[in-house]
This record gives sequence, C-alpha cells and structure tokens, in this order.
Amino acid sequence: MTETQVRTHYTTLAIGKAEGLMFGRTPKPVSCGYGLELGSGMVYPEINFTLPMMMIDESTWPSVVAQYDEMGEMISRTAKRLHLKGVMIEFELLPPMTERPEWGAEITRVLDRQLKTMYENHGITGALRVTPTDIRDATRPPPLRSGIEWETLMASFDECAKAGAHVLSIESVGGKEVNDEAMMYGDVEGVIFALGVLAPRDMEHLWTNIVSTCKSYGVVPGGDSACGFANTAMQLASQGMLPEVLAAMIRGASAVRSLVAYECGAFGPSKDCAYEGPILKAITGAPIAMEGKSASCAHFSPVGNVAAAMCDLWSNESVQNIRLLSGPAPEAFLELLTYDCRLFNAALSSGSERTYQRMLVDSDVHHSPQALVLSPESTIRIASAIVREQSPYRQTVAAGLEALRVIRDAVRDKTLPLAAKEHHWLDKTESALTALPAEEEGMMDSMIERYGHLFAPSSYGL
Amino acid sequence: MKELQELADHLINGYADRVAAVTQDLLNKGATPQTILNDGLIAGMTVVGERMRTGEMYLPEVLQSASAMHVSLKILKPHLAKDGVESRGKIMMGTVKGDMHDIGKNLVGIMLEGAGFEVIDLGLNVQPQKFVEAIQTHQPAIIGLSAMLTTTMLNMKTAIEAIAHAGLRSKVKILIGGAPVSQKFADDIGADAYARDAVKAVDKVKELIAA
Repeated sequence: MTETQVRTHYTTLAIGKAEGLMFGRTPKPVSCGYGLELGSGMVYPEINFTLPMMMIDESTWPSVVAQYDEMGEMISRTAKRLHLKGVMIEFELLPPMTERPEWGAEITRVLDRQLKTMYENHGITGALRVTPTDIRDATRPPPLRSGIEWETLMASFDECAKAGAHVLSIESVGGKEVNDEAMMYGDVEGVIFALGVLAPRDMEHLWTNIVSTCKSYGVVPGGDSACGFANTAMQLASQGMLPEVLAAMIRGASAVRSLVAYECGAFGPSKDCAYEGPILKAITGAPIAMEGKSASCAHFSPVGNVAAAMCDLWSNESVQNIRLLSGPAPEAFLELLTYDCRLFNAALSSGSERTYQRMLVDSDVHHSPQALVLSPESTIRIASAIVREQSPYRQTVAAGLEALRVIRDAVRDKTLPLAAKEHHWLDKTESALTALPAEEEGMMDSMIERYGHLFAPSSYGL
Repeated sequence: MKELQELADHLINGYADRVAAVTQDLLNKGATPQTILNDGLIAGMTVVGERMRTGEMYLPEVLQSASAMHVSLKILKPHLAKDGVESRGKIMMGTVKGDMHDIGKNLVGIMLEGAGFEVIDLGLNVQPQKFVEAIQTHQPAIIGLSAMLTTTMLNMKTAIEAIAHAGLRSKVKILIGGAPVSQKFADDIGADAYARDAVKAVDKVKELIAA
C-alpha cells in the first residue's frame, strides 16, 4: 500500500450555521452500493446485527455463515414488506473474522449477494458497510504500525473490499490505552494527550492506508468513531462513575481525532456510534450515520432523540439474532428504524423538518450536558472552535473548552440543571484545560513519564 | 485514636501526602500496622465504596482514595510482613480468549486493590491454559473472568473446564462479569458468582473470601 494521500486541513465549515444542519441533507452527498444516495434529501436506516451466543471456530463456521445469510435474507424480506426505498447494512466483523480475513470476506460476499438480489428483484437500493475489528490492541502496549496484528488488519480491509464491501469503516483504538487510564483517574491532561496527541497520529497512519485500499477497489472510505473514547465515557457516566460534564467534554474533544479520517480522504458516511458525527458533518459536509433511542438494544444513552437531529443514516448499533415475540430481533429493529425514517422523510417532504428537528433537540438537551453538546447550535460552536486552530492538539483543547462553555452558558441561562458535584467537575475540568501548555511539546515529557508504560512511542511515530 | 479517624478522612478525600504523613506518625506513636490497616485505611475505603454505591463519589475520586491507600500500604508493607499480616486475599483476573475489552476488568482490579486485596492481572485475550498455569503459580483464592461479547462469553466456560480438567477447580472460586453475562449464565457454566459492576464485584469477592 502506498501513502500518497495529501492531508486536507479544514479551515472553514462546510455548514456554517445551525439552521443549515439538517437530517437527510448535506452539501456533499455520497452515492454507494446499489444506488444508495446519502445526504440527498432522505434518511435511510442502517441495520446492524450480530450473532447470538455462540463460539466462532472451524467447527461452527458453517453455522456462522448460515446465520448471516439468514439475517441478510430477513433484511431483504422486511425491506420489501415495509416498502423501503433504501437501506444500509453494516457488517461489523467479530475478532475471529478479522483475524482470519477470508472469513470476513466470506460473510461480506453473502451480504453483498443479498443486497444485489434485493436491488435487482425489488428495486430497493442498498449498500454494505464493512467494519473490521481493530485487533491491534490484543497486547499491551499495542503495536499499532507493524507486526502480525497490523498486517492482518490491513489484509482484512483488503479482502473485504475485494469481496464486495461498498463502504469501509473502523472503530480504531490508537490512544485508547492511555485514554482509558487517564479517564478513570479524571486526568484531563492525560485525556487530551490521548485524544489530541496520540490518537490523531494513529488515525493519520491508519486512514492513509484504508483510503489507499478503498481507492484500489472503488470502495467508499466511510469514517471512524471515537467509540472507545467518548462512548466509554458516556457509558461510565450513565453508570454514575464519571461526571457527565467530563463525558461531554470528551465527546467534543474526540471529534478532532475522528476528523483526521476525512483529512486523509474519507468522505462518509461516518460510523453510527460516532456521536461526534454532527461536528464532522458541519466541518466536512459529509453524510453521517447516527444512533440513539433505537439503539437501546445495544446500549443506553442520554442522547436518544437529539442524536437523530442531523443524521443521514439512522442506526440500531447492533442487535443479536435472537427471537423476540414479534420475530427475529434484526427484523424487529429494521422495522423500528424504518418507522423512524418515515418520520424524518415525511417531515422533509412536507417542509416540517425544522419543527421536527427542534422537538428532537429540545426533548433531550435540558436533561443532560451530553445531549446539550450535540444540539445543532452547540455543534456549530464546537466545530468552529476546531477549524480556528491549526494542530490536532490545539483543536482538541479548543473543542473540549468550547463544549464546557456551551454547558456553562446553559447553566447560567437556567436551561440545564446541574448537580453540585457536576458543578465542581465543570470548574475542575475547565481549570485543567486552561492550564494546559500552548503546544503539545510542553506536555510530552510529563506524559511520557506518567503514561510511558502504557504505550509504545514508535506506534505513534514518536 | 483520633489519628485513625484523621487517616480515614484524608483517605476519603484522596489526600495522598497527608495519608502518608499520618501513617508514619501513627507508626512512630506505636500503633500496630494491623490497626492502621483495619481501623484507618480499610475503614476509610469502606466509606468510599459506600459513597460510590450511592452516587456521592465518582470513579476518579474513588481512585484517588485508592491511590492514597497504596501510598500508605507502601509504608506499612515491611511492618505488616514483619508481623506476619497477609493481604485480604489474592485475586487473579483476566479477559477471556478472543476478547479485547478490558476497561471493566481494570476497574474491578483497581477497586479490589483499594479494598485491600492483592490483584494479579493476566490482561486480555487470555487462553484457558494461561489461567491454569497462573493458578498453579500464584495460587489465588479467586479468579475473575471478564467478557464483553456474545461470541466470547462461552470462552468463560472453556476456561472453567480447563481449570477443572487440571484438577484445580476446588482450589479457586470463580467470579464472572461483563455486559452479556448474568447470574443465570454463571450458574449454567459452573461459576461461583456473578457481579454486574465493579462495586458489586468487590462485594462478591468479600463474600466469597468469607465463605
């Protein structure tokens, strides 16, 4: 693979005003798969499914393939029954399917065939997003740029692209080994080091290679997700373990590392679990996948409605292929997503989209700082703070600070109630951010001393 | 003793320097290391655990207290060893084969250390045989198995079977945790206990040690 892509640096917003941020519409629509047009005036469901409780090995592999074939077939059947115009399927590889690239490729072929048949027989447009597992963190410190894990991961992208993937994505983990520790200890400096210094370096190396693979096979480079960073924070906050304001700050700051995929040539649709998606949409103009209330089969969140306010694909994150009272869970969740999408699209076609979006936003933003930072207005503020700065480090600090200012303004205006202990963390996090050095060089020595046992500098080109 | 309460208070507030100073002061005044451990440190951490359970303290604050406890234990360790005082128990833990999620496991480990247990972390993607060998080497009282995926949770069963096959099952208690598992699953695969979060895991370990 070659690394010839010139990295773009975004200095302005593709969508400069909150009023311009709307579900189903984006300045840079993407066409993929079998005629699926994203961001051109409609929202489509993105259905994701996984196996029920079962082992994956040589002996069970035929059953695994049969499961995916069955799920693909049921998606096709449900799409026809519900008169869907289009659908994205996400196939998120499980670790053994990435470790054996031919396994991931085999499932990719199965699902591609289902989508092709659906398109040819019923005229339903569709595309397949394939997301290999980032297997590079199987050892500590993770060797990110070399070794068997790196080679295998790249082979997985290659094989899946060759087998019929239409969009490639990943939830990459560079910097997570430091972020996990720093976040648990509430060390804001460590979190910024992970998100603003380490993660962007890994993203650049990884996405330059992914984009190169995509170009070779005519596949769309979708995007990455700060799932391992900001969604971990969101989950810990929902369990009462982390302050919500810290999780909200991490959400804003994490957009910078996810943006690097676009700087390296990705053009969407972003990953569904990248709740930082609206910020990416504002900066790049690319369509985004989002998930919220209809992904509660996979995890809980305080952003169920507001997450839908600017989406172009609406996802369920993942559901096991188990039977519910109605029928198989993937079928049930595609139905759920379809009805959600009918509402988006009815609002768009009737000119009521602004009202509907306002309801989605207002129903959440007064309940949680994490919801507040995802509103269209907050999105523009955070995205603007990012494009004003030059380096990923400074962008990360700026995004984190702006997220906190958004929260502080809402508290001042009495539109967001905040518990006393959250106030304490708002002050503490803001103080820690403002005390950071102006450039990353100013923190390098202390961070290596504090976290050097967790990461290999060579994995980040340091 | 007033200083023991002071020690517990500093621990609860996560003031490592003050915890170290009071620990040394107590030793100088003739307090036994066992008393300092039980009536100062563990008493303080019990309050911390309770405050986390009720949502009064966040994890970073709990971990600050745990770090302060480590500082004190470092001072006490030679004295405890001289008096023949052992840790509350040795706990070994790992994320099972095929699974690379470890934040929950790490959290449980830190909480257990904070509660006075010795923790041996085998890391992630741990093969069943590695659990067996580590039991033979370290002889823990309890093993904690973690899994996050529906396709790796069955490797908990494989690990338990390997431990049983090696004739070690009666020597260790097994605790499991992770998003897809449940008490029923623990019962089905022959684990001794299930904990749904880090706070519960510490409770379960205490119960298993006491049993």
